[in-house]
Amino acid sequence: MIFKAVLRVVSKLLIPPIMLFALYVQFHGDFGPGGGFQAGVIFASAFILYALIFGIDNARKVAPAWATRTLLSLGLVLYAGVGVAGIFLGGSFLDYSVLAEDPVIGQHLGITLIEFGVGATVSGAMITIFFIFAHQDG
Amino acid sequence: MIAAHLPALQVVIPLMAAPLCVLLRRPVLAWALTLAVSWVVLAIAVALLLQVLETGPVTYPLGNWAAPWGIEYRVDLAGAFVLVIVAAIGAVVTPYARRSVEHEIPRDRIYLFYAMYLLCLTGLLGIAITGDAFNLFVFLEITSLSSYVLISLGSERRALTAAYRYLIMGTLGATFYLIGVAMMYMMTGTLNMADLATLMPAVADTRTILVALAFLTVGISLKLALFPLHLWLPNAYTYAPSVVTAFLAATGTKVAVYILIRIFFTIFGGVEVFRINLIGDVLMGLAILAMVSGSAVAIYQNNVKRMLAYSSVAQIGYMVLGISFATVTGLTGGIVHLFNHALIKCALFMALGCVFMRIGSVNIRDMAGLGRRMPVTMASFVVSGLSLIGVPLTVGFVSKWYLVQAALEKGWWPIAVLVLLSSLLAVIYIWRVVEVAYFRPAPEGGPAPAEAPLSMLVPMWLLTGASVYFGIDATRTLEVAGGAAAFLLRATP
Repeated sequence: MIFKAVLRVVSKLLIPPIMLFALYVQFHGDFGPGGGFQAGVIFASAFILYALIFGIDNARKVAPAWATRTLLSLGLVLYAGVGVAGIFLGGSFLDYSVLAEDPVIGQHLGITLIEFGVGATVSGAMITIFFIFAHQDG
Repeated sequence: MIAAHLPALQVVIPLMAAPLCVLLRRPVLAWALTLAVSWVVLAIAVALLLQVLETGPVTYPLGNWAAPWGIEYRVDLAGAFVLVIVAAIGAVVTPYARRSVEHEIPRDRIYLFYAMYLLCLTGLLGIAITGDAFNLFVFLEITSLSSYVLISLGSERRALTAAYRYLIMGTLGATFYLIGVAMMYMMTGTLNMADLATLMPAVADTRTILVALAFLTVGISLKLALFPLHLWLPNAYTYAPSVVTAFLAATGTKVAVYILIRIFFTIFGGVEVFRINLIGDVLMGLAILAMVSGSAVAIYQNNVKRMLAYSSVAQIGYMVLGISFATVTGLTGGIVHLFNHALIKCALFMALGCVFMRIGSVNIRDMAGLGRRMPVTMASFVVSGLSLIGVPLTVGFVSKWYLVQAALEKGWWPIAVLVLLSSLLAVIYIWRVVEVAYFRPAPEGGPAPAEAPLSMLVPMWLLTGASVYFGIDATRTLEVAGGAAAFLLRATP
């Protein structure tokens, strides 16, 4: 579809706002609707749109297999890491209140980091699943 | 400080190690990390068991949210026993895995294998530790999804169909469980098991709860492969990689049996669940059918792995039979058989993994003369086989003794006879392998297979030795299993 000028131009225009919107959903998640899962899916959809228009091989150059897998695993490490940090700071596992001096700030910090981990894992997983189905590679 | 957090660390350590395996990528590093983690996990499980024996149930509020609102981890004697079983099998299988996995799984996928293996371990441990009915579902899904992947890694293409079939049946089972949990939530407004137990007697007679109980029982019976819902099991065990079969056969179905025990004796602990709803009779009937038909079908199998898979169906029958007695002796027999069967089956499948590595087949015809060519492996197979049959001085005898006693206590001697009959059938299918391996001449020509590497023999013999040791001195296991059974049944008057 790389030869269709309209698709090419429109998708190029759309991809940055999609990513930006993903980040908005990500960081707005602890105040309103949204959160890591939705943000991760939206973020991944930007890559999927790119792959649909410009081809799988070009998209794989942007997001190689090692990068998406690293993203996927780092998200989970971040999530569990925040939980373990709670233990080391004297609370129980996933206790956010001890993450900062003020428990309220601690709760905000905790949920933001956790959701960031979720977002990273979900977007990594979504991109990986798409490439596996599209290209039959890892 | 760490001691208080053991319940969380029990699950979190393998969970964190799984993505680290993906980041490490190198097969050796991934294996080394898995090995370290599996032994740490075993140490934690043993520490928890000792703590529970000393002080009674241990609870842990996740995120410091107090119990019926937050997720609570709750370790009682039954849970701690299952934790030790799963962790011990994990710790013994991992050293065995290195050579076997190198042999059976493509090199570029080995790190993914270990990541999935750790996730599966996480899920199994989580099921045993959680005190929350919905959290249990989450861990059940972690276990199931990772075991579908593990099974599909088998070297034959049929592994994919086997995994797919297991996926369909497993998803059905998990969905049924979730429907049951949702119905209980509808009637009681809580997901915490202890809380459910206190609220259950008031609503136990409503139709919603009866339907919930039916969904829970059928869903978990699918997961534990109770006859006639066992159809996914033989193919899944046959075509999975050897390590995966050894690990899942020893842990997967055991943990599902544990869930069934939790549902009947903790969640429905205040209700005499077996007397009102015919559930006890149906379970007992199916357990007996499983015992006899599983053993009978096993006799006709030529693939030894498939033979042992059918034998697992029969052995699951023993465990469910123990549950369906709903007496302390019966439940003790069922719970102790979780441990005993885990030792036996893991050792047997490990022996087959060694055989597969050296002769490239687990078909009974290709095993001719193997007793002389791989004496150490086959000797372990024979000892574990005797234990499977239930010969005195092995663990198999201990559990069957308790089951027969439980049947006689109730005066149901035909059931005791059927247990013995099923053991006699086990003699036949184990003897078929022994006869071929020891009394048939090895095929002429071709290179003679060597003995399996030491890193595979030692874990196998550890389990074989344990199945003899705990057969001679069963006081420790029976003390824990008996204590767990008494604790679970205390709620029922």
